[in-house]
Amino acid sequence: MTSISLNVNGRQVSGEAEDRTLLVEFLRTNLGMTGTHVGCDTSQCGACVVHVDGQAVKSCTMLAVQANGSDVTTIEGLASNGTLHPVQKAFHENHGLQCGFCTPGMIMAATDMIRRHGSALDEKTVRQELEGNICRCTGYHNIVKSILAAAAEMGDAQQAAE
Amino acid sequence: MYETNYHRASSVSEAASLLAGSDEAKLLAGGQTLIPTMKQRLAAPSDVVDIRHIAELKGISVSGSKVTIGAATSHAEVAQSADIANVCPALCGLAAHIGDPHVRHMGTIGGSIANNDPAADYPAAMVALDATIHTNNRTISASDFFVGLFETALDEGEIVTAVSFDAPSKAAYQKFPNPASRYAMAGVFVAQGNGGIRVGVTGAGSEGVFRSSEMEEALASDFSPAALDAIAVDPAGMLADIHGSAVYRANLVKVMARRAVAAAG
Repeated sequence: MTSISLNVNGRQVSGEAEDRTLLVEFLRTNLGMTGTHVGCDTSQCGACVVHVDGQAVKSCTMLAVQANGSDVTTIEGLASNGTLHPVQKAFHENHGLQCGFCTPGMIMAATDMIRRHGSALDEKTVRQELEGNICRCTGYHNIVKSILAAAAEMGDAQQAAE
Repeated sequence: MYETNYHRASSVSEAASLLAGSDEAKLLAGGQTLIPTMKQRLAAPSDVVDIRHIAELKGISVSGSKVTIGAATSHAEVAQSADIANVCPALCGLAAHIGDPHVRHMGTIGGSIANNDPAADYPAAMVALDATIHTNNRTISASDFFVGLFETALDEGEIVTAVSFDAPSKAAYQKFPNPASRYAMAGVFVAQGNGGIRVGVTGAGSEGVFRSSEMEEALASDFSPAALDAIAVDPAGMLADIHGSAVYRANLVKVMARRAVAAAG
Protein backbone atom coordinates (compact mmCIF):
# COMPACT_ATOMS: atom_id res chain seq x y z
CA MET A 1 0.00 0.00 0.00
CA THR A 2 1.16 3.47 -0.85
CA SER A 3 -0.09 6.71 0.59
CA ILE A 4 -1.45 8.88 -2.20
CA SER A 5 -2.07 12.61 -1.88
CA LEU A 6 -3.94 14.56 -4.50
CA ASN A 7 -5.49 17.95 -4.76
CA VAL A 8 -8.95 17.10 -6.05
CA ASN A 9 -11.14 20.02 -7.08
CA GLY A 10 -9.14 22.33 -4.85
CA ARG A 11 -9.30 20.08 -1.81
CA GLN A 12 -6.24 18.24 -0.46
CA VAL A 13 -7.11 14.57 -0.07
CA SER A 14 -5.11 11.46 0.70
CA GLY A 15 -5.64 7.75 1.00
CA GLU A 16 -3.92 4.38 1.03
CA ALA A 17 -4.08 2.30 -2.12
CA GLU A 18 -2.26 -0.54 -3.83
CA ASP A 19 0.14 0.59 -6.54
CA ARG A 20 -2.03 -1.16 -9.14
CA THR A 21 -5.08 0.95 -8.24
CA LEU A 22 -6.27 2.99 -11.20
CA LEU A 23 -6.89 6.70 -10.74
CA VAL A 24 -10.58 6.21 -11.55
CA GLU A 25 -10.88 3.48 -8.88
CA PHE A 26 -9.18 5.73 -6.33
CA LEU A 27 -11.59 8.57 -7.11
CA ARG A 28 -14.69 6.39 -7.02
CA THR A 29 -13.86 3.88 -4.30
CA ASN A 30 -11.41 5.60 -1.95
CA LEU A 31 -12.82 9.10 -2.25
CA GLY A 32 -16.44 8.17 -3.01
CA MET A 33 -16.52 10.55 -5.97
CA THR A 34 -18.66 8.60 -8.41
CA GLY A 35 -19.19 11.39 -10.95
CA THR A 36 -16.30 10.01 -12.99
CA HIS A 37 -17.57 6.92 -14.81
CA VAL A 38 -16.02 3.68 -16.00
CA GLY A 39 -17.45 2.80 -19.38
CA CYS A 40 -15.28 0.48 -21.45
CA ASP A 41 -12.32 0.20 -19.06
CA THR A 42 -10.13 -0.26 -22.17
CA SER A 43 -9.06 3.35 -22.88
CA GLN A 44 -11.55 3.88 -25.67
CA CYS A 45 -14.82 5.42 -24.48
CA GLY A 46 -13.67 8.46 -22.48
CA ALA A 47 -16.36 8.23 -19.76
CA CYS A 48 -13.52 8.40 -17.22
CA VAL A 49 -11.89 11.62 -18.48
CA VAL A 50 -10.63 13.93 -15.72
CA HIS A 51 -8.02 16.68 -15.78
CA VAL A 52 -4.63 15.96 -14.22
CA ASP A 53 -2.48 19.07 -13.83
CA GLY A 54 -4.78 20.89 -16.21
CA GLN A 55 -4.89 18.34 -19.02
CA ALA A 56 -7.61 15.87 -19.95
CA VAL A 57 -6.56 12.24 -19.41
CA LYS A 58 -8.31 8.89 -19.22
CA SER A 59 -8.35 8.03 -15.53
CA CYS A 60 -8.83 4.31 -16.31
CA THR A 61 -5.45 4.38 -18.06
CA MET A 62 -3.42 5.91 -15.26
CA LEU A 63 -2.43 4.50 -11.90
CA ALA A 64 -3.54 6.58 -8.94
CA VAL A 65 0.07 6.62 -7.77
CA GLN A 66 1.16 8.14 -11.10
CA ALA A 67 -0.98 11.14 -10.18
CA ASN A 68 0.47 11.36 -6.66
CA GLY A 69 1.06 15.03 -5.86
CA SER A 70 -0.98 16.25 -8.82
CA ASP A 71 -3.99 18.54 -9.16
CA VAL A 72 -7.02 16.62 -10.35
CA THR A 73 -10.29 18.15 -11.56
CA THR A 74 -13.35 15.95 -11.89
CA ILE A 75 -16.90 16.64 -13.02
CA GLU A 76 -17.79 17.38 -9.38
CA GLY A 77 -15.37 20.32 -9.42
CA LEU A 78 -16.88 22.31 -12.29
CA ALA A 79 -20.00 23.91 -10.82
CA SER A 80 -19.36 26.61 -8.26
CA ASN A 81 -21.76 27.52 -5.45
CA GLY A 82 -24.65 25.76 -7.13
CA THR A 83 -24.12 27.50 -10.48
CA LEU A 84 -23.45 25.20 -13.40
CA HIS A 85 -20.22 25.62 -15.37
CA PRO A 86 -20.94 27.12 -18.84
CA VAL A 87 -20.25 23.73 -20.46
CA GLN A 88 -22.68 21.97 -18.11
CA LYS A 89 -25.25 24.68 -18.77
CA ALA A 90 -24.79 24.34 -22.53
CA PHE A 91 -25.30 20.54 -22.36
CA HIS A 92 -28.49 21.20 -20.39
CA GLU A 93 -29.81 23.83 -22.77
CA ASN A 94 -28.91 22.01 -25.99
CA HIS A 95 -30.09 18.58 -24.90
CA GLY A 96 -26.49 17.34 -25.11
CA LEU A 97 -27.26 14.14 -23.25
CA GLN A 98 -29.81 11.37 -23.13
CA CYS A 99 -28.88 8.59 -20.70
CA GLY A 100 -26.06 10.72 -19.28
CA PHE A 101 -23.52 7.96 -18.78
CA CYS A 102 -20.88 9.45 -21.08
CA THR A 103 -21.65 13.02 -20.02
CA PRO A 104 -19.02 13.51 -17.27
CA GLY A 105 -16.30 12.48 -19.73
CA MET A 106 -17.83 14.52 -22.54
CA ILE A 107 -17.93 17.63 -20.37
CA MET A 108 -14.37 17.17 -19.09
CA ALA A 109 -13.20 16.63 -22.69
CA ALA A 110 -15.15 19.70 -23.78
CA THR A 111 -13.69 22.00 -21.13
CA ASP A 112 -10.19 20.82 -22.10
CA MET A 113 -10.95 21.44 -25.77
CA ILE A 114 -12.21 24.95 -25.04
CA ARG A 115 -9.15 25.66 -22.88
CA ARG A 116 -6.92 24.80 -25.85
CA HIS A 117 -8.89 26.38 -28.70
CA GLY A 118 -10.99 29.11 -27.06
CA SER A 119 -13.81 30.66 -29.05
CA ALA A 120 -11.96 29.78 -32.29
CA LEU A 121 -13.25 26.23 -31.83
CA ASP A 122 -15.16 25.09 -34.93
CA GLU A 123 -17.44 22.15 -35.63
CA LYS A 124 -14.83 20.16 -37.55
CA THR A 125 -12.35 20.43 -34.68
CA VAL A 126 -14.97 19.47 -32.09
CA ARG A 127 -15.94 16.38 -34.07
CA GLN A 128 -12.29 15.41 -34.57
CA GLU A 129 -11.40 15.92 -30.94
CA LEU A 130 -14.36 13.88 -29.68
CA GLU A 131 -12.53 10.88 -31.14
CA GLY A 132 -11.77 9.61 -27.64
CA ASN A 133 -15.30 9.95 -26.25
CA ILE A 134 -18.08 7.58 -27.21
CA CYS A 135 -21.81 8.28 -26.83
CA ARG A 136 -24.33 5.57 -27.73
CA CYS A 137 -27.48 7.71 -27.45
CA THR A 138 -27.25 11.11 -29.00
CA GLY A 139 -25.60 10.63 -32.37
CA TYR A 140 -23.27 13.43 -31.21
CA HIS A 141 -25.10 16.31 -32.93
CA ASN A 142 -26.33 17.93 -29.74
CA ILE A 143 -23.04 17.28 -27.96
CA VAL A 144 -21.23 19.18 -30.71
CA LYS A 145 -23.85 21.93 -30.53
CA SER A 146 -23.43 22.16 -26.74
CA ILE A 147 -19.66 22.43 -26.94
CA LEU A 148 -19.81 25.12 -29.62
CA ALA A 149 -22.39 27.08 -27.60
CA ALA A 150 -20.21 26.88 -24.49
CA ALA A 151 -17.08 27.88 -26.43
CA ALA A 152 -18.88 30.93 -27.81
CA GLU A 153 -20.24 31.90 -24.40
CA MET A 154 -16.90 31.42 -22.65
CA GLY A 155 -15.12 33.36 -25.42
CA ASP A 156 -17.59 36.25 -25.07
CA ALA A 157 -17.20 36.24 -21.30
CA GLN A 158 -13.43 36.33 -21.68
CA GLN A 159 -13.62 39.22 -24.16
CA ALA A 160 -15.95 41.14 -21.85
CA ALA A 161 -13.48 40.65 -19.00
CA GLU A 162 -10.64 42.05 -21.11
CA MET B 1 -4.15 -6.12 -13.15
CA TYR B 2 -1.65 -8.17 -11.18
CA GLU B 3 0.11 -6.55 -8.27
CA THR B 4 3.04 -4.33 -9.05
CA ASN B 5 5.39 -1.96 -7.26
CA TYR B 6 5.57 1.61 -8.47
CA HIS B 7 8.76 3.67 -8.43
CA ARG B 8 9.07 7.27 -9.55
CA ALA B 9 12.54 8.03 -10.90
CA SER B 10 13.87 11.58 -10.78
CA SER B 11 16.82 11.01 -13.12
CA VAL B 12 17.80 8.68 -15.95
CA SER B 13 20.54 7.12 -13.81
CA GLU B 14 18.07 6.47 -11.00
CA ALA B 15 15.67 4.88 -13.51
CA ALA B 16 18.47 2.69 -14.84
CA SER B 17 19.40 1.47 -11.38
CA LEU B 18 15.76 0.82 -10.47
CA LEU B 19 15.41 -1.22 -13.68
CA ALA B 20 18.58 -3.15 -12.89
CA GLY B 21 17.32 -3.86 -9.38
CA SER B 22 14.54 -6.16 -10.58
CA ASP B 23 14.32 -8.95 -13.16
CA GLU B 24 10.74 -8.10 -14.05
CA ALA B 25 10.71 -4.31 -14.09
CA LYS B 26 9.30 -2.22 -16.89
CA LEU B 27 9.61 1.45 -17.73
CA LEU B 28 6.40 3.45 -17.51
CA ALA B 29 6.34 6.68 -19.55
CA GLY B 30 2.86 7.80 -20.60
CA GLY B 31 1.50 4.32 -19.93
CA GLN B 32 -1.03 4.47 -22.76
CA THR B 33 0.04 1.03 -23.98
CA LEU B 34 1.55 -0.47 -20.84
CA ILE B 35 -1.36 0.22 -18.47
CA PRO B 36 -4.02 -1.30 -20.82
CA THR B 37 -1.69 -4.28 -21.40
CA MET B 38 -1.28 -4.77 -17.66
CA LYS B 39 -5.05 -4.47 -17.17
CA GLN B 40 -5.52 -7.31 -19.66
CA ARG B 41 -2.87 -9.30 -17.76
CA LEU B 42 -0.80 -9.53 -20.92
CA ALA B 43 2.01 -7.85 -19.02
CA ALA B 44 2.74 -8.37 -15.35
CA PRO B 45 5.84 -6.44 -14.38
CA SER B 46 6.78 -6.84 -10.71
CA ASP B 47 7.93 -3.23 -10.76
CA VAL B 48 7.15 -0.21 -12.88
CA VAL B 49 9.60 2.67 -13.08
CA ASP B 50 7.84 5.95 -13.89
CA ILE B 51 10.07 8.18 -16.03
CA ARG B 52 7.40 10.77 -16.88
CA HIS B 53 8.68 13.24 -14.31
CA ILE B 54 12.36 13.21 -15.31
CA ALA B 55 13.23 16.74 -16.42
CA GLU B 56 16.22 15.71 -18.58
CA LEU B 57 13.92 13.53 -20.74
CA LYS B 58 11.54 16.34 -21.60
CA GLY B 59 11.44 19.13 -24.09
CA ILE B 60 11.96 20.07 -27.69
CA SER B 61 14.91 21.97 -29.10
CA VAL B 62 15.30 23.19 -32.65
CA SER B 63 18.58 24.74 -33.68
CA GLY B 64 18.77 25.57 -37.37
CA SER B 65 17.50 22.40 -39.00
CA LYS B 66 18.52 20.12 -36.12
CA VAL B 67 15.51 18.90 -34.13
CA THR B 68 15.87 17.11 -30.79
CA ILE B 69 12.88 15.76 -28.89
CA GLY B 70 13.19 14.39 -25.37
CA ALA B 71 11.84 10.87 -24.95
CA ALA B 72 9.24 11.85 -22.33
CA THR B 73 7.79 14.59 -24.55
CA SER B 74 4.08 13.97 -25.09
CA HIS B 75 2.37 13.66 -28.45
CA ALA B 76 0.37 16.81 -27.59
CA GLU B 77 3.60 18.76 -27.02
CA VAL B 78 5.02 17.67 -30.39
CA ALA B 79 1.70 18.42 -32.10
CA GLN B 80 1.61 21.94 -30.68
CA SER B 81 5.31 22.81 -31.02
CA ALA B 82 5.69 26.01 -33.04
CA ASP B 83 9.44 25.33 -33.30
CA ILE B 84 8.92 21.93 -34.95
CA ALA B 85 6.09 23.33 -37.10
CA ASN B 86 8.57 25.86 -38.54
CA VAL B 87 10.94 23.21 -39.83
CA CYS B 88 8.95 19.96 -40.07
CA PRO B 89 5.17 20.48 -39.84
CA ALA B 90 4.58 16.92 -41.06
CA LEU B 91 5.75 15.60 -37.69
CA CYS B 92 3.34 17.89 -35.81
CA GLY B 93 0.51 16.62 -38.01
CA LEU B 94 1.51 13.02 -37.35
CA ALA B 95 1.56 13.59 -33.57
CA ALA B 96 -1.80 15.40 -33.73
CA HIS B 97 -3.44 12.26 -35.10
CA ILE B 98 -2.13 9.66 -32.66
CA GLY B 99 -4.94 8.22 -30.52
CA ASP B 100 -7.21 10.93 -29.16
CA PRO B 101 -6.59 14.19 -27.24
CA HIS B 102 -6.51 12.48 -23.83
CA VAL B 103 -4.08 9.80 -25.00
CA ARG B 104 -1.90 12.49 -26.60
CA HIS B 105 -1.59 14.29 -23.26
CA MET B 106 0.00 11.20 -21.71
CA GLY B 107 1.63 9.18 -24.51
CA THR B 108 5.28 9.93 -25.30
CA ILE B 109 7.51 9.69 -28.35
CA GLY B 110 10.04 7.56 -26.45
CA GLY B 111 7.34 5.17 -25.32
CA SER B 112 5.94 4.86 -28.81
CA ILE B 113 9.23 4.00 -30.49
CA ALA B 114 10.45 1.72 -27.68
CA ASN B 115 7.20 -0.24 -27.91
CA ASN B 116 7.47 -0.43 -31.73
CA ASP B 117 3.86 -1.40 -32.34
CA PRO B 118 3.61 -2.35 -36.04
CA ALA B 119 0.71 0.12 -36.39
CA ALA B 120 2.33 3.02 -34.48
CA ASP B 121 2.85 6.26 -36.40
CA TYR B 122 6.19 7.55 -35.09
CA PRO B 123 8.36 4.66 -36.39
CA ALA B 124 7.47 5.60 -40.00
CA ALA B 125 8.62 9.17 -39.36
CA MET B 126 11.80 8.06 -37.61
CA VAL B 127 13.01 5.88 -40.51
CA ALA B 128 11.92 8.41 -43.16
CA LEU B 129 13.67 11.27 -41.34
CA ASP B 130 16.79 9.12 -40.86
CA ALA B 131 16.50 9.97 -37.16
CA THR B 132 18.99 9.09 -34.47
CA ILE B 133 17.68 7.40 -31.33
CA HIS B 134 19.63 8.44 -28.24
CA THR B 135 19.76 6.11 -25.24
CA ASN B 136 21.49 6.27 -21.88
CA ASN B 137 24.37 4.26 -23.43
CA ARG B 138 24.69 5.09 -27.12
CA THR B 139 23.07 6.41 -30.26
CA ILE B 140 21.28 4.12 -32.72
CA SER B 141 20.19 5.02 -36.23
CA ALA B 142 16.46 4.58 -36.76
CA SER B 143 17.09 2.04 -39.53
CA ASP B 144 18.89 -0.20 -37.03
CA PHE B 145 16.56 0.57 -34.11
CA PHE B 146 13.31 -0.99 -35.33
CA VAL B 147 13.96 -4.73 -35.52
CA GLY B 148 10.56 -6.42 -35.82
CA LEU B 149 7.06 -6.56 -34.35
CA PHE B 150 7.33 -4.93 -30.90
CA GLU B 151 11.10 -5.50 -31.11
CA THR B 152 13.86 -2.91 -31.05
CA ALA B 153 17.66 -2.88 -30.84
CA LEU B 154 17.42 -1.75 -27.20
CA ASP B 155 19.38 -3.87 -24.76
CA GLU B 156 17.97 -5.04 -21.45
CA GLY B 157 17.69 -2.03 -19.16
CA GLU B 158 18.57 0.48 -21.88
CA ILE B 159 16.51 3.69 -21.83
CA VAL B 160 15.60 5.89 -24.81
CA THR B 161 16.44 9.46 -23.83
CA ALA B 162 15.76 11.46 -27.02
CA VAL B 163 15.40 11.37 -30.78
CA SER B 164 17.05 13.80 -33.17
CA PHE B 165 16.97 14.45 -36.89
CA ASP B 166 17.76 17.06 -39.52
CA ALA B 167 14.58 18.69 -40.74
CA PRO B 168 13.79 17.66 -44.32
CA SER B 169 13.16 20.20 -47.07
CA LYS B 170 9.79 18.51 -47.76
CA ALA B 171 7.83 15.89 -45.87
CA ALA B 172 4.32 14.60 -45.35
CA TYR B 173 2.59 11.74 -43.56
CA GLN B 174 -0.65 10.15 -44.63
CA LYS B 175 -2.38 7.27 -42.92
CA PHE B 176 -5.47 5.18 -43.39
CA PRO B 177 -6.79 4.63 -39.89
CA ASN B 178 -8.73 1.52 -39.00
CA PRO B 179 -12.30 2.84 -38.71
CA ALA B 180 -12.75 1.34 -35.23
CA SER B 181 -9.36 1.42 -33.50
CA ARG B 182 -7.98 4.40 -35.46
CA TYR B 183 -4.60 2.66 -35.60
CA ALA B 184 -2.88 2.95 -38.99
CA MET B 185 -3.75 0.16 -41.41
CA ALA B 186 -1.17 1.82 -43.61
CA GLY B 187 0.77 4.97 -42.87
CA VAL B 188 3.40 6.44 -45.15
CA PHE B 189 5.90 9.15 -44.23
CA VAL B 190 7.73 10.65 -47.20
CA ALA B 191 10.71 12.93 -46.61
CA GLN B 192 13.14 14.69 -48.91
CA GLY B 193 16.27 15.48 -46.94
CA ASN B 194 20.02 15.90 -47.40
CA GLY B 195 20.46 12.18 -47.85
CA GLY B 196 17.80 12.00 -50.57
CA ILE B 197 14.25 10.74 -50.48
CA ARG B 198 13.14 8.27 -47.84
CA VAL B 199 9.78 6.54 -47.54
CA GLY B 200 8.79 4.98 -44.20
CA VAL B 201 5.79 2.65 -44.07
CA THR B 202 3.94 1.62 -40.91
CA GLY B 203 0.80 -0.38 -40.17
CA ALA B 204 1.18 -2.66 -43.15
CA GLY B 205 4.44 -4.64 -43.01
CA SER B 206 4.43 -8.10 -41.47
CA GLU B 207 7.81 -7.28 -39.89
CA GLY B 208 6.74 -3.83 -38.71
CA VAL B 209 7.95 -0.51 -40.08
CA PHE B 210 9.96 -0.63 -43.32
CA ARG B 211 11.41 1.58 -46.05
CA SER B 212 10.22 1.20 -49.59
CA SER B 213 13.37 1.41 -51.70
CA GLU B 214 11.52 1.11 -54.98
CA MET B 215 9.32 4.09 -54.10
CA GLU B 216 12.41 6.02 -52.99
CA GLU B 217 14.10 5.34 -56.35
CA ALA B 218 11.02 6.31 -58.34
CA LEU B 219 10.59 9.54 -56.36
CA ALA B 220 14.27 10.44 -56.66
CA SER B 221 13.91 10.89 -60.42
CA ASP B 222 10.42 12.42 -60.28
CA PHE B 223 8.92 13.65 -57.00
CA SER B 224 5.27 13.39 -57.99
CA PRO B 225 2.38 11.05 -57.16
CA ALA B 226 2.39 9.82 -60.76
CA ALA B 227 5.93 8.52 -60.32
CA LEU B 228 4.48 5.80 -58.09
CA ASP B 229 1.90 4.62 -60.63
CA ALA B 230 4.08 1.88 -62.08
CA ILE B 231 5.05 0.46 -58.68
CA ALA B 232 3.31 -2.67 -57.48
CA VAL B 233 3.72 -3.15 -53.72
CA ASP B 234 4.32 -6.85 -53.06
CA PRO B 235 1.57 -8.32 -50.82
CA ALA B 236 4.02 -11.02 -49.68
CA GLY B 237 5.47 -8.77 -46.99
CA MET B 238 2.14 -7.36 -45.79
CA LEU B 239 0.15 -8.03 -42.64
CA ALA B 240 -3.12 -9.88 -43.14
CA ASP B 241 -5.80 -9.99 -40.45
CA ILE B 242 -9.55 -9.52 -39.95
CA HIS B 243 -9.14 -5.82 -40.76
CA GLY B 244 -7.67 -6.31 -44.21
CA SER B 245 -5.93 -8.80 -46.47
CA ALA B 246 -2.33 -8.49 -47.59
CA VAL B 247 -3.45 -7.46 -51.08
CA TYR B 248 -5.69 -4.75 -49.62
CA ARG B 249 -2.87 -3.41 -47.44
CA ALA B 250 -0.42 -3.44 -50.35
CA ASN B 251 -2.81 -1.25 -52.29
CA LEU B 252 -3.34 1.04 -49.29
CA VAL B 253 0.42 1.57 -48.99
CA LYS B 254 0.54 2.85 -52.53
CA VAL B 255 -2.51 5.06 -52.10
CA MET B 256 -1.13 6.57 -48.89
CA ALA B 257 2.27 7.08 -50.52
CA ARG B 258 0.68 8.93 -53.44
CA ARG B 259 -1.29 11.12 -51.03
CA ALA B 260 1.82 11.82 -48.95
CA VAL B 261 3.82 12.87 -52.01
CA ALA B 262 0.94 15.12 -53.12
CA ALA B 263 0.73 16.66 -49.64
CA ALA B 264 4.51 17.21 -49.45
CA GLY B 265 4.21 19.21 -52.68
